[in-house]
Amino acid sequence: MPMLQKTEPKAAPPPVEKIKVKVNGCEVEVPKLTPDWQGKLVPTTMIQACAAAKVDVPHYCYHPKLPVAGNCRMCLVEYGTQALGPDRKPVFNPDGTPKIAKAPRPAIACATPIAPGMEIYTDTPAVKQMRQGVLEFLLINHPLDCPICDQAGECKLQEYSVDYGQSASRFVEPKVHKPKRVDLGPRIVLDDERCILCTRCIRFTREIANDDALGIVNRGSYNTLTAYPGKTFDNNYTLNTVDICPVGALTSKDFRFQMRVWFLKETKSICASCATGCNIIISSREEKIYRYEPRENPGVNSCWMCDYGRLNYKWIAREDRLAQLRSPKDQVGVRQTGPDGRERPPANSQAKWGAVLKEISGILERAESGSVAIIASARQTNEELYLLHKVAQRVGAITDSAPRLGEGDSLLLNADRNPNSAGARLIGIAGEPMGSNLARIAARIRDGRIKTVVVFGEDVTRHGIGADLLGRLDLLIVSDILPNETTRLAHYLLPGCAYPEKRGTFTNAKGQVQKFMKAVEPPGEARPEWELLHELLFDVAGQDGARSIEGLFNQMTAEVPAFKGMTWAALGDLGARANT
Amino acid sequence: MIVKRNKLNLWERLYLPAIIGGFKVTVRHFFKKKVTMQYPEEKWVVPEGYRGAPYLVKDQEGRTKCVSCQLCEFVCPPKAIRIIPPGPSGAPDAGNVEKAPHEFEINMLRCIFCGFCQEVCPEEAIFLMKDYSLTGTRREELIYDKEKLLALGGVHQDRIRKWKKKADEAQAQGLAP
Repeated sequence: MPMLQKTEPKAAPPPVEKIKVKVNGCEVEVPKLTPDWQGKLVPTTMIQACAAAKVDVPHYCYHPKLPVAGNCRMCLVEYGTQALGPDRKPVFNPDGTPKIAKAPRPAIACATPIAPGMEIYTDTPAVKQMRQGVLEFLLINHPLDCPICDQAGECKLQEYSVDYGQSASRFVEPKVHKPKRVDLGPRIVLDDERCILCTRCIRFTREIANDDALGIVNRGSYNTLTAYPGKTFDNNYTLNTVDICPVGALTSKDFRFQMRVWFLKETKSICASCATGCNIIISSREEKIYRYEPRENPGVNSCWMCDYGRLNYKWIAREDRLAQLRSPKDQVGVRQTGPDGRERPPANSQAKWGAVLKEISGILERAESGSVAIIASARQTNEELYLLHKVAQRVGAITDSAPRLGEGDSLLLNADRNPNSAGARLIGIAGEPMGSNLARIAARIRDGRIKTVVVFGEDVTRHGIGADLLGRLDLLIVSDILPNETTRLAHYLLPGCAYPEKRGTFTNAKGQVQKFMKAVEPPGEARPEWELLHELLFDVAGQDGARSIEGLFNQMTAEVPAFKGMTWAALGDLGARANT
Repeated sequence: MIVKRNKLNLWERLYLPAIIGGFKVTVRHFFKKKVTMQYPEEKWVVPEGYRGAPYLVKDQEGRTKCVSCQLCEFVCPPKAIRIIPPGPSGAPDAGNVEKAPHEFEINMLRCIFCGFCQEVCPEEAIFLMKDYSLTGTRREELIYDKEKLLALGGVHQDRIRKWKKKADEAQAQGLAP
């Protein structure tokens, strides 16, 4: 992953040369050199100095993770440098302070390097006028169709119009019209009239995604963004251009006209579609997930995520989700649905769970050592795998989890499609290599040595333990999210939660332990696996752990050497590196 | 607090003058123009600017003016409005407007007739009209759906037809609207 390695922090950073500049009269000290989008050290620019001074400079084309283009002119600021006399020596004021010679012309803050003693002014009347002027030009041919634009509510053009826009347009001529609803690729719709030609999308797809598919054609006010003739904009990273588009020109077909952004609740989470563990924001409203967006984490995914992971959320709201607790004793209950069509937990759900878990723990208690196998999933969280490992140790069970491989790429997508393979390895529940114990378990079921199998989140019939073998078992306990062959054969079926429905941590391929939060409610009787495992372990081992995910995580870090020293609170938004 | 009762004087104790005074008022009103209205047979003239039930309107071409921007749903204080946007395919018969609500519901039992929806609407698609007596026999009857709201709202005579202007301009420049 060339892009990511560059942004990773170095072990021993060399001493950083600092420069003092003044932003609106406040002195700040900034490094002389700053890593650019490739991680190469380049002179720090005025916009970065302003950011260090917590002064916001409006901009469209500038993006910290893209090459600088400097074409939108929105970040124009005034500045001054230390005045030099005819002898090239600094001139001082009578009071001893250095004399500042204000530059005759403004400069774009995104592309102008800073110099020692420089003074930057972002709040002068001239700067305000320049911003108003630039905005008026940008709005000349803009269609102003905010009511039908998906970007409305998170649009930079709207935001800066509130700050610097005029209430009435001085432009009386007909606007230049451009193609609308252009089908740019399988996942993107382009509205050329809304485009402000910042070229962020072009730079992204050329430099980051290495697919030079987009460009601008025609001249002057007829400038039009388009895909290369005959080519569709179709790579695994196209939807990132929708995120970085400051206006509503590039919109996602998946999210198009689905929900206005101001209704969406944003939850910090982790993408579970591969072992990279991209940081994401889940946008949901009324227990329905509408979209995933990448969340910046310099050490993991920078500002990006792949389309495959981004669109892999629809299964969470599937109609056939497992939502009912099933035990051999009970009859098929009456399903209750709420007004939204999703299943509701019955009134006695909690009591039912308690009774079923008591039964299971009783059976596991009595089982003789070696007669139990536990098959975990590397899609489970660290906490769940830790609890499952403890259960396995208690009953002397053989454990493993199933590998899940796909095709990786050089940017973000990992060939390992399990989000927590590293966690399963570090906790010690996976075979070495992962999946190597599965054949052994199959053989022992055939011998009749293993009589009880506990399966979490995997369809074992696809991993060499077929329906015939499962039929020989005395007891099959399965927890899963969606129905499959294994859940059909289960004696006890414990409906679990998808990761946006619970909290927990994943360990990504590099060993970064990252936490995710709960975005939506689980359907019906489904419960977070860590909760039911904790209850089960309490029944089996008689030891009380933590009743909250925070306490459970802290208990795990105390016991698992790889996670030593971590706490839930200290994980923060970016996670922490495991000791591998 | 103790209220002191004044003793009545002779004139007040006479009783008849008060009766006559009362009758005078009655008789005066007997010959005046009558103000009582035989509601519901007789209906009240609703004044201009009255805030009655909010309905959706169509434009002169028969297009649903609402584009499901959901600002009214957002601003509605009692959350009486519920809109389901059209989804990725948009509204096929809306032309260059692209969007129209898939479903639009107003719960008239929740509505407080504040007029925020009309004020916030960027498309002039919802108006508080003059209906004030909404009745039904079940709660569901008073959740008005899109068809009902449009039928009750009727046609709004637009002066500025911005979408038509946009389409005409684009066509003049050789672009299909």
